[in-house]
Amino acid sequence: MPKLPMPPLPKTLMPRPRRPGQTEEVPPTHQLKEAGISAVDWIDERTSLSGALRWVMFRKVPKGTNWFYTLGSATLFAFLSQAVTGVFLAMYYTPSVTDAYESARHITNEVFLGEFVRGMHKWGSTMMVILIFLHMGRVFFFGAYKYPRELNWIIGFVLLILTFVMALTGYLLPFDQRSYWATIVAANITASGPLVGPFLGDFLRGGAEFGATTLSRFYSIHMLLVPGAIAALIGAHLYLVTKLGTTAPPWAKPEPDEKLVEDQI
Amino acid sequence: MTRRRAMSLAVHAGGGIAVATFALPALGFAIGSAVFERPPVRWEAVGPPDDFPNDTYLPRVITTVPGTGEVGKTTVYVRAYNPDIDGEKDPNIPFADEQGGDFVALSTRCMHLGCPVRFVAASERFICPCHGGVYDFTGKVDGGPPVRPLDRFYVRVRNDQLEIGPRYSVNSEFRRFPSYRDPAQDLDGVGQYLYPGRFSTPKMD
Repeated sequence: MPKLPMPPLPKTLMPRPRRPGQTEEVPPTHQLKEAGISAVDWIDERTSLSGALRWVMFRKVPKGTNWFYTLGSATLFAFLSQAVTGVFLAMYYTPSVTDAYESARHITNEVFLGEFVRGMHKWGSTMMVILIFLHMGRVFFFGAYKYPRELNWIIGFVLLILTFVMALTGYLLPFDQRSYWATIVAANITASGPLVGPFLGDFLRGGAEFGATTLSRFYSIHMLLVPGAIAALIGAHLYLVTKLGTTAPPWAKPEPDEKLVEDQI
Repeated sequence: MTRRRAMSLAVHAGGGIAVATFALPALGFAIGSAVFERPPVRWEAVGPPDDFPNDTYLPRVITTVPGTGEVGKTTVYVRAYNPDIDGEKDPNIPFADEQGGDFVALSTRCMHLGCPVRFVAASERFICPCHGGVYDFTGKVDGGPPVRPLDRFYVRVRNDQLEIGPRYSVNSEFRRFPSYRDPAQDLDGVGQYLYPGRFSTPKMD
């Protein structure tokens, strides 16, 4: 269907011709767009962040990259979910031997969305451990730990251990019978190491007996010490992934340059 | 050595000292009282000495860590000393002149990994719910994973009250280890050297 011409605008609505010496008027929407761009430009001019972002986001990935390559990101998002829910759980939780159980009960039963957020944190921790193992399996079976990525495998292994430490220290915090006795057992396993074991057990408990400082010790390790280390190591892990790139799956055949294929010479 | 090298060494040393200034006290703060602080010796009365028979145990609850509510309490199984079962009395036991050797107070801490054991009167055995540790009437290991007999407590009689004092560990020959060890630490043979006593247990004298 042919496009019909617009009916002529009434004279009052027609844009007025510019008067001599008057500059062109910029419509407000355009101004808004310009403001955004110029703000980003202002930051970029002073930091050169766009180069780094381009380096991180627009990488070349090998042929054959598939869904298994998303397991690392999945673990990262599990960690972020744990971090966010954990920060907010800390707003209601009391790390004291007499009040901890009551405050955990309060979160679950009385705080709005408390059961949901606590559930996310609880099940999320299990999810994170499962995802780490799946990610580790992907890296292992695809041979992605080989040269030059050995250091990233080592960093990943440290992250695995730190995640275990998180799971162990977090287990005590609800402070019910299960978490209490599980922590007793864990401290005694630590103490069963020869020579240094007994002193490590004391360090973990804050003394020879499970006491008032044991819970606050675990809480501090759980929410300050280890998360900081994990966040820093994730940064190093991602830096190396970006720098070295990802590996092609083992079944992908390399395609040599056409000039190098013998038949074609 | 050039002046440039001397200066850069000095700057690095200064940075190192600055870090050590906060890092070492922080580390000492985290480790010091946990590993090196001795808690005081506590005695807790659990009833007149005539209450306790010599052929079965009576459970008593004592406080081992004050100020921590239910967490600081533990059950102790107490009975009178029975030469037919226990044999010769230990002449060197503390408070021997205050009937220190006349009673047996067994800890409920399982010597596998520290779960609470329960005395089952019908079988005259202590049984652990976690991993199936079994001890006989004297606390000696009868079966399962525990590595040594149940810990004991020092006892004495004052003001016609039996008082329970600090905990001590024994090896399979019932040799006393006054700085009590954590569960899972074997105290026979080389074990007594692999698991040294600690600074964090109460010391009598």
